[in-house]
Amino acid sequence: MSLLRVESVSKRFGGITANQDVSFEVGAGKIVGLIGPNGAGKTTMFNCIAGYAPPTTGEIWMNDIKVSGMSPEQCARAGIGRTFQVARTFTSMTALENVMVGAFLINKNVGDARQSAARLLSFVNLGQFRDKPAGSMTISEQRRLAVARALAVKPRLLLMDEVMAGLNPTEVRETVDVVLKIREEGISCLIVEHVLEGIMPIADAIVVLDYGKKIAEGSPEQVSRDPKVIAAYLGDE
Amino acid sequence: MNIQDKTVISAHELLAPDSHGNSSVKYILLALCVLAALLVPVVVKDPSHQNLAILILMAAQLGVAWNIVGGYAGQVSLGHVAFYGLGAYTSTLLLTQWGFNAWVAMLCGGLLSAAISLIIGWSCFRLNGHYFGMATIAVAEIIQIIFTNWEYAGAAVGLTLPMDQQGWGSMIFTDKAPYYYIALGLLLVTLAVNYWIEHSYLGYYFRAIKDEPDAARSLGINLSRYKQIAFAVSSFFTAIGGSLYAQKELYIDPGSVLHTGLSIKMALVSILGGVGTLLGPVIGAGVLTFIEEGTRALFGGSGRGTDLVIYAALIVVIAVYYPTGVMGWIKQFFARRKAVKAQKEQDVQEAKREAA
Amino acid sequence: MSLEIIIQTLASGILIGLIYALVAIGLTLIFGVMDIVNFSHGEFLMFGMYSSFWMYSLFALDPMFTLPLTALFLFALGTMLYKLIIKKITNAPMLSQIFTTFGLMMLFRGLAQFFWKPDFRTVDHSIVSGAVQVFGIQVGMPQVTAGVGAILVTMGIYLFLTKTRAGAALEATAADKEAAQLMGIDSQKMFAMAWGIGAACAGVAGALLSTFFPIFPEVGANFILIAFVVVNLGGFGSVIGALFAGIIVGVIEVMGGFLIGPQYKLALVLGLFLAVLMFRPQGLMGKQ
Repeated sequence: MSLLRVESVSKRFGGITANQDVSFEVGAGKIVGLIGPNGAGKTTMFNCIAGYAPPTTGEIWMNDIKVSGMSPEQCARAGIGRTFQVARTFTSMTALENVMVGAFLINKNVGDARQSAARLLSFVNLGQFRDKPAGSMTISEQRRLAVARALAVKPRLLLMDEVMAGLNPTEVRETVDVVLKIREEGISCLIVEHVLEGIMPIADAIVVLDYGKKIAEGSPEQVSRDPKVIAAYLGDE
Repeated sequence: MNIQDKTVISAHELLAPDSHGNSSVKYILLALCVLAALLVPVVVKDPSHQNLAILILMAAQLGVAWNIVGGYAGQVSLGHVAFYGLGAYTSTLLLTQWGFNAWVAMLCGGLLSAAISLIIGWSCFRLNGHYFGMATIAVAEIIQIIFTNWEYAGAAVGLTLPMDQQGWGSMIFTDKAPYYYIALGLLLVTLAVNYWIEHSYLGYYFRAIKDEPDAARSLGINLSRYKQIAFAVSSFFTAIGGSLYAQKELYIDPGSVLHTGLSIKMALVSILGGVGTLLGPVIGAGVLTFIEEGTRALFGGSGRGTDLVIYAALIVVIAVYYPTGVMGWIKQFFARRKAVKAQKEQDVQEAKREAA
Repeated sequence: MSLEIIIQTLASGILIGLIYALVAIGLTLIFGVMDIVNFSHGEFLMFGMYSSFWMYSLFALDPMFTLPLTALFLFALGTMLYKLIIKKITNAPMLSQIFTTFGLMMLFRGLAQFFWKPDFRTVDHSIVSGAVQVFGIQVGMPQVTAGVGAILVTMGIYLFLTKTRAGAALEATAADKEAAQLMGIDSQKMFAMAWGIGAACAGVAGALLSTFFPIFPEVGANFILIAFVVVNLGGFGSVIGALFAGIIVGVIEVMGGFLIGPQYKLALVLGLFLAVLMFRPQGLMGKQ
């Protein structure tokens, strides 16, 4: 059975239909890419899954728990971690402290949290930035910090929102490495991405949205040859 | 890269408390300060000077209490005087009308305020920034109106404490020294609680809520619950500070313990010294009291309110140009020195390399 | 309690409510355009009152005639305040913003007290002095004039915002600053204008009030809290909302005070404030 099931989710607000009748699944330990032109409703879908915006209709399930309608903090406890388009690191804290905030969900002890956080920073190759104030890190570093922080809550599903945007090829490769390591740990990843050369090679499946509707789903090869997908992206140019 | 790039440090970094300042030098310095503080009433005998010291301690304690919710958790309460007054009235009424022991009465005042803070928080915490501040002003004003018209609590006339019932049980003394030690003790307890919170998961959660509430939620943090905790602890200690005021002045009325201006002062002390830092409010209290007394001594007599003008101008200048307060300025000073030293060393290394 | 008294109270409430609306419109404009709550807004009203008073007292000019001048003075003050101080804290943390405007509030009150002393002043004789009988009830001419004036100015502001290019630019900046900038609208000019107009509105309210309300340095305190309530009830950023909310708040204040006692008037209004904040934070017509 799949880890995450999005069932006929529609999201309307203020006269705009951001998502319309979208259904897809994310298997356990799989990387799924969520792609589509600008305004396709990808981030809105994330907000629905992570509890920031309840779906207008439809349901979202994590294993046997209905997560649609739960608050963001409840979703985190149900095993959903997420990053944001803007990294939103805690700028008054060091990198280590940022990750510790996440770790406290699992264990409130400061010493234990510090150890978990240190381990996670090494995991995302930010070990040397332990005591660096988060606000003084580069965008790419802050994004990886946000990933480490999200991992600290021990999610089974990690939502990553455009984590590769605006990075140079080296940074993209670094991020891809981290994502692959996350999959190795058995954590599923649902990734919204525009940088197709980053997500297509590593994804187990791709879901394509356009104008709020799902227009294609399948392996990266299938999707990249789908005429509807090509038309959607060309139309966006 | 020039010095400027290295020394541009965001206000946020400056405001991060020292998590790794465990050197023994710090502790020795702290012990010396406490020792010096303990000796003040022995060295300073003039009652008006002793009174000044007590005022500073009390202002510091209120600032530290406010800082817990306003500085660390970022929930700017502008109506904290409500708790101050509630504490003062509760303990005074329990003492004078019900024969309570003063210390127990003080504790009751604190607990009642914490309970009221939960009600206020429950209704107001989903409001963001400005709205929350305005809501707290409104609540404080309503409470002031209630007490001004409540006969049992003395209405506009207020309440007096019996000067003849002296002693530690009723916390009433003719001498100033006992009040000094109580104020010092209260400040140290409030600081200790603040310190403990800062180094526990609560401290981290508070700062996360202040920096990025949405990101905090994604990490499983229930915003309302932790704001409530900060608010309750803060209001508890603010109330006790109010009780101490009542015990010292032996007279309270809505104008002296429920006046909105006091709310501003509690926040100002923290802003002046550095919000979100442990000792910021203490420094702020010292500086503010000196400014207040100083301007009053120099300009106050004319009745034209010159001291208020200067006071207000100072607030504007600090809010605009020095939002991180004295602590921020100090940290910036040391950070700049460090960066200059580092740059100098780097230059020396480069020169050596070029010479080789 | 006779019908006559009810109508009388209602009339008083509406008239004072219109003044509240005028003060609130300035506050809501500033907040709508740049998300800053101006705690010193009551002091614009105070300066408007003093402006009218001094021109009356020194040059024997009627406040009704000097009203446009007062509006101009306050407009200049508002824009200058923005350029010199507010501009510096547009992106500062909220605490800084709150304390800057709070500090300005204290500073203005202190300066007024320093230069003009804390004595209460009044404009004793104006062309609108006296009372008038309308539909069997007695209302003061100054109050009626103030009410009418408030309506006229509100309509003027509304027309400005909806029918002129500058007004449209202001509204666009309020709705989406970045988008407006992309269309070539200078945000700095918009902010300065918002402060200017906001201050002018409060100043005009002050001029209108000066004919029947005592003038003293702390007079702003009476109005700022109520202005907050009105802005909140009407919806932050909505001019028309502020108009209706002002009337509602005025009526509630006067009628409530009449029914449960004048000492509880403010508590009632503040209670309304909290209720709106909790149950309908966007107010009647708010944008968020």
